[in-house]
Amino acid sequence: MVKDQEFLEKKASYCLGLAKKLGATDSSAVVKNSVSETVNFRNKKLDEANRSDDLGISITTYIGKKKSSISSSNLLNDNLNILIEKCVETTKNTPEDEFNSLPDRELLAKEVKDLDLYDDSHIANDQKIDYLKKLEAVASSDKKIINTESSFTQNKSNFVLANSQGFCDGYKTSSFTASSVTVAKDEKSMERDYEYSSKCFLKDLDDAEKLGNLAANQTIRKLSPKKIGSEKIAIIFDKRIAKGILSTFAGAISSSAISRGTSFLKDKVNQKIFSDKINVFDKPDMLKGLGSRNFDSEGVKTDTLKLVDQGILKHYLIDTYNGKKLNLKSNGRCGGTSNLYFENGNISFKDLLNSNSKSLYITETIGHGSNIVTGDYSVGATGFLVENGEFKYPINEITIAGNFKDMFQNITLANDLEFKYATNSPTMLIEGMVVAGK
Amino acid sequence: MSNFFEKSDLSRKEAESIISDTLQKCDDGELYLENSKSESILLDDNKIKNSSYNSDLGFGFRAISDEVVAYSHSNEISKNSLKQSSENLKSTLKSVKGTYNHEIPKSNKKYYDNINPIEQKSLNEKIKILNDVNDYLRSKGDKVKQVTANFLGEQKSVEIIRSGGETLSDVRPLIRFNVSVMVEKDGRKETGVYGVGGRQSYDSYLKDENWKSVCDEALRIASVNLESKPAPAGEMKVVLGPGWPAILIHEAVGHGLEGDFNRKKTSAFHNLMGQKVASEGVTIIDDGTIDKRRGSLTIDDEGTPTEKTVLIENGILKNFMQDRLNARLMKTRSTGSGRRENYRHIVLPRMRNTMMLSGNQSQEEMIKAVDKGIFAVSFGGGQVDITSGKFVFNCTEAYEIVNGKIGSPIKGATLIGDGPSILKEVSMVGNDMMMDPGIGTCGKAGQGVPVGVAQPSILIDKMTVGGTKL
Repeated sequence: MVKDQEFLEKKASYCLGLAKKLGATDSSAVVKNSVSETVNFRNKKLDEANRSDDLGISITTYIGKKKSSISSSNLLNDNLNILIEKCVETTKNTPEDEFNSLPDRELLAKEVKDLDLYDDSHIANDQKIDYLKKLEAVASSDKKIINTESSFTQNKSNFVLANSQGFCDGYKTSSFTASSVTVAKDEKSMERDYEYSSKCFLKDLDDAEKLGNLAANQTIRKLSPKKIGSEKIAIIFDKRIAKGILSTFAGAISSSAISRGTSFLKDKVNQKIFSDKINVFDKPDMLKGLGSRNFDSEGVKTDTLKLVDQGILKHYLIDTYNGKKLNLKSNGRCGGTSNLYFENGNISFKDLLNSNSKSLYITETIGHGSNIVTGDYSVGATGFLVENGEFKYPINEITIAGNFKDMFQNITLANDLEFKYATNSPTMLIEGMVVAGK
Repeated sequence: MSNFFEKSDLSRKEAESIISDTLQKCDDGELYLENSKSESILLDDNKIKNSSYNSDLGFGFRAISDEVVAYSHSNEISKNSLKQSSENLKSTLKSVKGTYNHEIPKSNKKYYDNINPIEQKSLNEKIKILNDVNDYLRSKGDKVKQVTANFLGEQKSVEIIRSGGETLSDVRPLIRFNVSVMVEKDGRKETGVYGVGGRQSYDSYLKDENWKSVCDEALRIASVNLESKPAPAGEMKVVLGPGWPAILIHEAVGHGLEGDFNRKKTSAFHNLMGQKVASEGVTIIDDGTIDKRRGSLTIDDEGTPTEKTVLIENGILKNFMQDRLNARLMKTRSTGSGRRENYRHIVLPRMRNTMMLSGNQSQEEMIKAVDKGIFAVSFGGGQVDITSGKFVFNCTEAYEIVNGKIGSPIKGATLIGDGPSILKEVSMVGNDMMMDPGIGTCGKAGQGVPVGVAQPSILIDKMTVGGTKL
């Protein structure tokens, strides 16, 4: 069982009290407990069962404008006493930084709404096994599939955030995640792909059969890939890759990258950075949302932000420290975005495939090829050649490259948005990128 | 050395009896205890941005029956908690009928000292060096717009208690010092990153103002990139410099030679044992025994002493890297490659220091042999799909080669290749093998572990460069 609010609050307030006694002028503490149970299957048999129970605390102490922090998984008071003493000592010896402070009191969250983020139901390991049996029976039904690895995880977490201004709040969350990775083989090649479903509520999780089917089909269609020549071409990003481009955008408008001057989007607020029709939202209060939250990791209230309006950048993602540096108020984005998404475009997936006589449909990228200082983008890719709206054959061992400044201006979105992750995008078309192949 | 039972209601004797009882009819398993202390001190944007300290304590209890692994971990070292874990393991492995394998090799060799690097240098001294780094780099001219520097230090004590009470332990120091600098000229911004590290004290790397050479290297890379042109797109010859570019070896063949993927036959290498997978003259080893290196270990996380494992000898595939589970199922022995990020994770076969050994050609000869291609000197990271064998790595400093001569610097680009065939494209192996500077972290199944790489300069006859210039 995950620890209750009372236990977590007691630990947090013990720490704040001790920090004050030892000379801290301000302090904050997060106490978190997370219990998860995972069952892994491989080739229709039990492969691994894993239970984890993680308890952790992190404390930040301030003396005026000096700051330091500690964290630990050992919550015995003996240990906390030693660590908090060390933390306060370190704070004294750390140079001042004029922007260090707790959040402005009036920005702290006042009401905590029930966002439907916790499901009390428990799925026992035997039931997880039943689900995975069904999943793998479907996933391995085609004889081209030579290996299946599937997994089911139940996670229950609880946390409390408290600070010396009197803020003290937290809530439980849950998640149920099933995934399947399959390997297919033919005479010429061996390929791997996957499918995945994660929900706050057990009853919302995808069917085992549906997952198994998708995982197998997505793998089999990749067999016997070809390598194509180098050329300038239109690229269509599958939703699972398109969301990564949105995440890179979020990284580039984080107030830390902006205040340090290390983002290609610095000084671009109120300028047009995307094509006309593009709108980007970050909506924290979505019911059952995988990225939903009542306040950010400093306790600051979070409102929905329309980050991009008709292609124009409207906000950075601001926390307290970098906000003070930039002379802006925190908008509750310490710790990043919540439910971030591109609003739907106005053409169908089918029309998007048809919008160029020839394009590349990308289902997977590898490598860390996004540079937010310069905006340069270059990654390894796998996908399909699309001609006149039809998937012709699989492609691999190519790279795709461009610069986000140009790529953002050339985005067209389909109208097939779904909320599968915390960050989501409809299928995305970007014209004029360069493919390197043969 | 940590005494894990000192402040617990659980005595060592009681723990041993719970372990032996739980693992009775299992094939293998152990209790893994870990106590780690780590610090991070960060200078950024002219200020000390962060000084933090972490202390982490916990255990992971593992029971293995045939292919099935049951695992349970907790932060609380107590009678209750260990008993609950034991119940979890028993309920997963309902009908076990194995014979516990007590055999584990022994060695007295140690590859690093029992020190706590965090305590060896005061906070004020560390802060002073970071401020000196900032002042030094910013004195190099107006083009320097941002400096980030940090210290990461750690001491990890581990203890492995096996069924029957056999106990193995290790204390592992690890440090890293990193510098990142951003420069700007005519509105164009570029960054350069460099660092050093390994399993010894901060001072072993920073004495006599050694940190200046780390700053100089970061600034040099950033400055080169200010002048860079768009990288070419397409297949061409690639010369890799010595040292850090061995990320290629790590991604292209290293992961594919880990035991688990080969037991499951999901690696592109699983049916190539004893066959030619690289050009003659190419020898690759994975070595956990190099003194004080980042990827070195006295014992692995299952208690097996590490070793120098020959993976590819003169082009022929010789060995996979094994932990105990995969070794048993593949009827071979552990190579001391069983590693985990910490007690929260299960053991997997992992790399340590992966190295291609020197040949006898010079880098000049390689450059001369290229009409059109690139010379790649510094890399940011890489990734591999072990099933299709396709891998990438991102270069952060590279030059074009035109008619046997090094030309202008080119922008960072991703290089992509095919693991099982790329080493057959190696046509020259240099005489200048070098270790990386000691900053690498390898990720697998969500677990990061410190690793090293090394190689001489090599010439690859054909590889795809992912630039934008057609």
